[in-house]
Amino acid sequence: MNFIKALSTTVGAAALSVSMGSAAQAVDLQFFFPVAVGGKAADTIQELTDAYVASNPDVKIDAVYAGSYQDTITKTLTAVRGGTPPQLSVILSVDMFTLIEEDAIIPFDGLAKTDADKAWMTSFYPAFMDNSMTGGKTYGIPFQRSTPVLYWNKEAFAAAGLDPNIPPATWEEQVAFGKKLTKRDGNGNVTQWGVRIPSSGFPYWLFQGLTTQNDVSLANDAGNKTNFDDPAVVEALQYLVDLSTKHEVMQPGIIEWGATPKAFFEGQTAMMWTTTGNLTNVRTNAPFDFGVAMLPAHKRRGAPTGGGNFYIFKDSTDEQKAASFDFIRWITAPEQAAKWTIATGYVAPRPDAWETPAMKAYVADFPPALVARDQLEFAVAELSTYQNQRVTSILNDALEASITGAKAPAEALKEAQAQADRVLSEYR
Amino acid sequence: MTRRVEWIYGWLLLSPALVLLIAFTHLPALNTLWGSFFSTPRGQRPAKFVGLGNYETLLADETFWQVFSNSFWYAVVTIPVSVALALLMAIWVDGKLAGRGFVRLAYFAPTVLPLIAVANIWMFFYTPGFGLIDQISGAFGFPSVNWLGDPDLALGAVIVVAIWKEAGFFMIFYLAALQSIPPQLREAAAIEGADRWTFFRRITFPLLMPTTLFVSVNAVINSFRLVDHIFVMTDGGPDNASSLLLFYIYEIAFKFWDTAYASTLTVVLLVLLSVLAVGQFFLLDKRVHYR
Repeated sequence: MNFIKALSTTVGAAALSVSMGSAAQAVDLQFFFPVAVGGKAADTIQELTDAYVASNPDVKIDAVYAGSYQDTITKTLTAVRGGTPPQLSVILSVDMFTLIEEDAIIPFDGLAKTDADKAWMTSFYPAFMDNSMTGGKTYGIPFQRSTPVLYWNKEAFAAAGLDPNIPPATWEEQVAFGKKLTKRDGNGNVTQWGVRIPSSGFPYWLFQGLTTQNDVSLANDAGNKTNFDDPAVVEALQYLVDLSTKHEVMQPGIIEWGATPKAFFEGQTAMMWTTTGNLTNVRTNAPFDFGVAMLPAHKRRGAPTGGGNFYIFKDSTDEQKAASFDFIRWITAPEQAAKWTIATGYVAPRPDAWETPAMKAYVADFPPALVARDQLEFAVAELSTYQNQRVTSILNDALEASITGAKAPAEALKEAQAQADRVLSEYR
Repeated sequence: MTRRVEWIYGWLLLSPALVLLIAFTHLPALNTLWGSFFSTPRGQRPAKFVGLGNYETLLADETFWQVFSNSFWYAVVTIPVSVALALLMAIWVDGKLAGRGFVRLAYFAPTVLPLIAVANIWMFFYTPGFGLIDQISGAFGFPSVNWLGDPDLALGAVIVVAIWKEAGFFMIFYLAALQSIPPQLREAAAIEGADRWTFFRRITFPLLMPTTLFVSVNAVINSFRLVDHIFVMTDGGPDNASSLLLFYIYEIAFKFWDTAYASTLTVVLLVLLSVLAVGQFFLLDKRVHYR
């Protein structure tokens, strides 16, 4: 009997707390976020969320760490198909078309009520909005955004007789510097490579840096036609392959993405291309003086943007949508954006964040943080098409086949274009 | 008790297992088969009946054939090697040797670790330049090898990890079986003058057959089921060189969201596993002595 009594008390208390909760009209939000870099990213998101909830007691936010970007989109789409989507989520900007096609998200335009709301939506860097808008509507708000940059080891440059303060500015200089920086031991085995452009997992991203520098775009804006077999794309891939095979300044074969910062710290490579999201990691762990530069130019300067946007999901109540909108507006405000950038190295997505006192103090102390921002002027939208995952996989396979020498660049890209056409023809 | 009551009683006893099996194994399998005859629904476009269309796509899909051949080689190498290695290790640690407990623990340790953790450890071993393997081979003047980045080596590299992970687990079963063999047999054989090899071939090995059957069924299942390390180590690359059937199904289903084609691939995997399981039981069962 005691047990039953205890049980009924508990149930009663639970029922009471539920009714009290609804009396206060609390809005519950579930918020999925990915973490793609080392360091304190997850803690910072939790901190920011807690700060928002503390000043908005009528909103409860359940911030859920959902794994990598890939895990997050998988979890979100599974939840959407199961009828229980999160109210908001940070997902790769390039997954916008996929989310639209799944009919999972709504544009922000309909939720912007006041002029201040509308002004906020236009306050971001245009380079980041390319991947966030389609058909004149804004589906994503830039948050965890990045761009690849070149990191170089100043000590290795000095040891090779190069000026430690001048990074390579062009493709040719990258090769010439690389030749001086590549060191071999008595047996002819390489102990230090000149440059490292990682190619595991998603080689298309850094490759898009090369194609942009060669002044060609990989896909159209509507996301339904790719240009993989364009001669300029083939030329860019040939350059990448030549770095290992012809010029012998880069390790041959597929180069692991995750091990790249470590290889840089260990002196295995004198230069590396990787995301600016690694900036704080490199600053903390590099045992030598290093520099950060824009990617080398060819016909023009260029780099893709990358990283995640905020999305609001369709299957929520109007109160939830309004609360999500308000939260996203708050977390992307200059103060919060500055805090986020300082903690991780991601690029603060709007100019006014760079004018905050915290940010000014940070860049005065650490000027390399400005490189990624300045590169935005030359940046293009990351490759994004309908059926994005499948189309980028096709390109990734072609790049890997060329890098490993299984196929010639022209042949691999021609096949990739034919495969991509097959997937995308129904969207034209 | 009448026959009828007994009959109801029997079904009642069976029902918990039956309900779970039907709900979580048989119905989903039938659902998958049904789904493989339809196109993938996307957003506003509902699924439509395409008959054998998905199977035609499958036959023309070069990636599928590559993945199929990868899975074949993966199974053909991991199953016999891990079972043989398990038997060898079990026989060794069953004997009298110094530090036996420690050796047993060392062999079993990989089993306790989650495969994701194992994959991360091996990633470090394989990393070119400063990875463990390269550091050792570099000390002898060998050139650096990009194990996971070379399409000719990547599959072999993930096979080694699978064997390392599995052999210790199977060893435990062999060890238990070895210890249940009565010592009189060894004494009798010694009196008859049988040498150690004859004893193993004529007595130990036949008595281990039930264990071998059990272990090899598990090895077959695992060779199709264990793909966690692929996610960590190679992501199926380079150019699908280390992609396995289950990994490919995951990619199609949860990366490309082509659920219909994923169902088709799953049906292929199911048929393949059923054939293997049935074959194994019928062929091997004849050579197994149960006591």
